[in-house]
Order: sequence, then C-alpha cells, then structure tokens
Amino acid sequence: MNLDLRDRPHHFVDAAAFDPGRTEPVGAESGAVDRASSWRLTWWKFRKHRVAVAAGLILIAFYALIPFVELIAPYNPAKRHGDYLYAPPQSIHLFHEGRFVGPYTHPYHFTFNIETFHRDYTVDRTKVQRLRFFCRGESYAFWGLIDTDWHLVCPPESGTMFLLGTDRLGRDLLSRIISGTRISLTVGLVGIAVSFALGLFFGGLAGYLGGWVDNVIQRVIEILRSLPELPLWLALSAALPPNWSPILVFFGITLILGLLDWPGLARAVRSKLLALREEDYVRAAELMGASKSRIIARHLIPNFMSHLIASATLSIPSMILGETALSFLGLGLRPPVTSWGVLLNEAQNLAAVQLHPWLLAPILPVVIVVLAFNFLGDGLRDAADPYH
Amino acid sequence: MIRYLARRLITMAVTLLIISALVFVIIKLPPGDFLTNQIAELRSQGEAASVAKAQFLMQQYGLDRPVWEQYLRWIGLWPNPEGAFNGLLQGNWGWSFEYDRPVREVVGDALWLTLVVNLAVVIFVHLVSIPIAIYSATRQYSIGDYVATFIGYIGLATPSFLLALVMLFYANRWFGVSIGGLFDSAYAGQPWSWDKLRSLLAHLVVPTLVIGLGGTAAMIRRMRANLLDELGKQYVVTARAKGLPPTRALLKYPFRMSLNPFIADIGNLLPHLISGSVLVSLVLSLPTVGPILLAALKSQDQFLAGFILMFVAMLTVIGMLVSDLLLAWLDPRIRLGGSGR
Repeated sequence: MNLDLRDRPHHFVDAAAFDPGRTEPVGAESGAVDRASSWRLTWWKFRKHRVAVAAGLILIAFYALIPFVELIAPYNPAKRHGDYLYAPPQSIHLFHEGRFVGPYTHPYHFTFNIETFHRDYTVDRTKVQRLRFFCRGESYAFWGLIDTDWHLVCPPESGTMFLLGTDRLGRDLLSRIISGTRISLTVGLVGIAVSFALGLFFGGLAGYLGGWVDNVIQRVIEILRSLPELPLWLALSAALPPNWSPILVFFGITLILGLLDWPGLARAVRSKLLALREEDYVRAAELMGASKSRIIARHLIPNFMSHLIASATLSIPSMILGETALSFLGLGLRPPVTSWGVLLNEAQNLAAVQLHPWLLAPILPVVIVVLAFNFLGDGLRDAADPYH
Repeated sequence: MIRYLARRLITMAVTLLIISALVFVIIKLPPGDFLTNQIAELRSQGEAASVAKAQFLMQQYGLDRPVWEQYLRWIGLWPNPEGAFNGLLQGNWGWSFEYDRPVREVVGDALWLTLVVNLAVVIFVHLVSIPIAIYSATRQYSIGDYVATFIGYIGLATPSFLLALVMLFYANRWFGVSIGGLFDSAYAGQPWSWDKLRSLLAHLVVPTLVIGLGGTAAMIRRMRANLLDELGKQYVVTARAKGLPPTRALLKYPFRMSLNPFIADIGNLLPHLISGSVLVSLVLSLPTVGPILLAALKSQDQFLAGFILMFVAMLTVIGMLVSDLLLAWLDPRIRLGGSGR
C-alpha cells in the first residue's frame, strides 16, 4: 500500500517550503485589526455608530457647560424681575424694517386683565433693543472665588431678554435652566459612582468567592430588585432630616439613588466574571503560565469593564429622571437649589400647562440628556463586544 | 411542579419577611413618630382627654417599646399588651394615626383601584408592544421601525408625571374627560352601573397610556432584539427554505422563542410599572395607594406607610412568581426545582 500523494491530480501540494512572510494578508487592514488592543477595537466599533457618537458629543457639550454656568446664563437665576411676572418667551430678531441690525428683542409690557386675572403682554414692535455679547452684566463670584461681571450674552441695556419667559416671581427661566444643569447632571454622575463602586464590590465578591457569599449576595440582589424603586425613594427621601443644608440633601438624594441602583450592576459584574472565567483565551493564558493577577488585569478587566461602562451609562438616565421625579414631588432637592426637577415642580399644575406653557421648558434638556445617555449607552453596549 | 411551587412559595415568604423588616427600618428612619409629635402638640393645647387617647394608642402599638419588638408586633410575631398575636400575619393591618381609623378602612378602595390600574397597564403594555416589536423586527431599518424606535425612546426619556399632566389637559380639552380621579365626580358614592363603568374606563385611558409608555418602550426594544436574534438562526432559514409561509415561519417558532425573555421580564416590569403608577397617581390625583403613601410618609403615619409599602412589594413578588410559573409552562426546557437557577 504505497500511496504517493502527488499522483492524485486534484490534490496539489507545493513541494517548496512555506514562507509565512510571502503570503498576502486577508484584508488590507486586517493586520491592524489583529494587532489592535481590545480598547482600540471597541473605539473603532463605537465610531461606526453615528447616533451614539453624536449623543456622546452632545453630552460632552452639556457637561462642558457645568463650570461656566454663571458665565453663560444671561441673568442671575435668583434675580426677581417684578415688572415681568409670568412673562412669555421673547423672540430674537435679526432684521428690522428690512435692515440687518443684528440680534435684538422688542420690549414688552403687560396690562392686567381684570376679567381673567392674567397679565396680557403686548410687544412694542417699533423699538429695537440690541443684545450685547461678551459684556458686563450682573456680578457674580466665578467658581465662588473671583468676583466678576462678564457674561457671554447680556440683555439689552434698559431692556429685557427672557428667551424662555419668566416664572411666577419674574425669574428668567433660561438662566434657571442653565444653572440647574449643574445639579441635574452631577446627580447622575455621583449616583452612578456610588452604584458602580457598590456593584463592582459586591458583584466581584459574588463572582470571585462563589459559595455561600455568592448565594447571600444573589438573594439580596433579588430582594432589592423586587422592590419598586419610587416608593422606596420616597420613603428614604422622606427620612432625610428636614434641617439638612441643601448640599447635604443633594448628597443624600444621590446616595439614595445609588444605593438602590447597584443590584443591576452587581449582577452584570458577577455573570460576566463567571462567563469570562470559562473563556478559551483565559484558559490559553493559564496554560501559557500567566499569573492570576495578569489574567485579571489583562484579560478579564478590559473585557468586562467595557460592558460595565455601557450598563452604567444606561442607568444614568434613570437617576436623572429619579431626581426630577423626587424634586417634582417636593421630596428631593428644595429651592434655593436649582435643578431641572425643582423647576418642573413649579409647572406642576394644570394652570401652568394652559396659561404658562413655557414653564414646561425644563423638560427639553431632561429629554435631550436622557435620550443622549440612552443612545450613547446603546452604542457602547454594541461596541463593548468588539470580537463579536 | 408541586414541589417547585412549594419551594417558590417558601422563598416568597422569606423574601416578604425580609422586605417587611426593611420596610419597617425605612419608615422608622425619620426621627420621632406621629404619636410623639401629636402628644407634644396636644399637651401644648392642654387637651387631656386626647393625650390620654394618644398615650393609649402608643401603648397599644408599643411605640414606647424597643424597635425590634415594635416590628415583631407589627407583623404579628409578638403578643400585644393583651397577650394576643395581632399583626399583618393575622390580617390586622394596623392603625392609621392621621385618619384615626384602621388602615384597612383607609386604604380599602384604593387597593383594588391600584390593582385595576396596574392590570390595565400590564395588558396595555403587552397588547401594544408585541405587534410593534414584531413589525420592527421583521422590517428592520424600515421607516416604521425607526418611528417605533423613536417613539419608544421618547417614552423612555420623558418624565411620566409631566406627560400625565399634559395628556390630562388635552384629554379634558378634546374629549371632555373630567380632570383627576378615576370617575366623574357625579358617580362618587354611587352603586356600580354601566355609566359608572364607562366613566371609569374613560378615566383609565390617560393613566394607562402614561404609565405604560415607558414600559412599552422597554418591552419593544427587548422583544425586537430577541426576535432579531431568533430570526437569524438556522432553523428559521431551514423553515424558509422548505417553503413555509412567512407568517407561519415567524409565528410558529421564532415568535414563541422570543416570548420567553418577554415573560421572564414581567417580573422586572412590575416594579417599574408600580413605581410609575405611584408617581402618576399623585399627579392625576387617582384614588390609588400612591397619594396616600406620600401623605403617610410625610406625616410619619408609620403603619399606613408601612402597609402600603408592603402591599406594593407583595404585588411585585406575586407578579414575579406568576411570571416564573408562566415561563415554566411556556418553555418545557426550563427544568423545575433543579439547581440550574
């Protein structure tokens, strides 16, 4: 039975030695793909997700606002304009009688309607009030340190600029929304930091130790997850002492939001840890003699971190909405702290919807930020598994 | 099946016990309590008779005793001064100090109205999200898919209380549905009739829509993803290749498979829906347990608040049990009583 392979016509074997350097790579960029780290792959995959990238940019813009809130807000958010209670939004015009004059507003004044008890505002279209840019307006302490009065935009001299109208005390709504950004956006971040730390700790403990620790943590997670959030939030925020300063209340609220949010993350950490431990590449690393710490640091953490970041991003919106809901019910943050929820608290009645619909404006940034976080989180989640 | 059921019931009882301890700790967190505040107030007004009554209640409910004893008495594992066990386990829901009536009377109607609202929402969520999810998944990246996804996202992102407010306003303006409550005020205290039922249904529309929207959005997203996963599998390709009509090839297996996580999700959905119903009830002033809970928390009416929190937790725990049982019934591959969980 002497079988010579070369006799078979349809099975060609090159007699020459194989030279790996001579072969062409499969795709043009596949060399780069093969060598790229998993973070880089994740980034490449994320970049393709247009909506998620856009959402990320929007969020960066929002968060970049936070340090410069006072600079951007045209008015001091607490300043009351007694002559302009419940003033409707003013619009910005560019052309006056066919001539370009730059951004300006028309002045308006109210007459008190005796029959309906409303203020009817009438716009005087003949007068032009030009806006000022990079100008000196009301003074404030920048970052609580430097006293200054520079603003990005100022209302016209001896005129007004209520782009989103005013509330019942005549405070400029736009300025209030801008300054509410600070609290509303940090609530989500601080809350998620608390929840992330707890989730990582307990999830890691459960996944790493296993056994009865795992069992106990699992049961606790199940119990916490079976409780409806809002009644618990209500109960816990009702328990915050009423004599706390607004800053303490803020931290109390974020702590409450974070304390009830970690079970989801802990569960994700645990299941990811358990699943990844069984992966082939972990076994391969083990067989190659990698130390435990190296496996954890090089192979496990990068892999489940991206997942964790994605799920954390997805749970920030629920915290922002949670703060809004609590403040709306009067159990969350309280004036003089301004947050979007506190502002919405004023739009709580039907009269607001009917007569002063601009008071509902804070809903817009809420929706935009929450949507952006959702899209970003979705994109991250898709990208988190770059080998898929 | 029976062994599985028994095991689940025991876990449920233990869970509820732990939840009850948690709830009690939470309602005890704020310093002071309703009666102490009241007694101080009554003393300052010099009303001796009322003070005596408040002190009697205080003794009756053991508010002067250590917290653990109060807790055990509340759930009915510790005898009250008369030596009888009389707590939640025995069906005594406690006393509402603020209303000066038993909790049972205070929450009576609100309990089943809460059930009605939540049931309506669950039905709504399923009726709406299943067809939309099927549509979105089978016509991925079509205009309809994008519209559904977009509406879903809006539903996720809009604070439900504001949506409730706005929709209430327009329901009143366009359809003449009276504002607030679950019936027209004309039917208050009236016996049940067709007109009253119709009024109830008309008033249910806005809360159901508002509470359900967030849940519907989440359901559509998940179901769409599940169905897309299933549709990409080999057996679907095989079924198509064999010439099975598209509807049958969709509904016979992939759809049933994608229902699994869907039903498993009822457990997760319920806490959210109930949270939503509490919030929306507050805004719409629906006579459910939500507004009562908020008032009770604010005035430290501890047994009332505690009972409502327990009731809400019970609803979710039972909902989870039902979803597990449904899942076991729907998917024969899920082994009962095994250690696979």
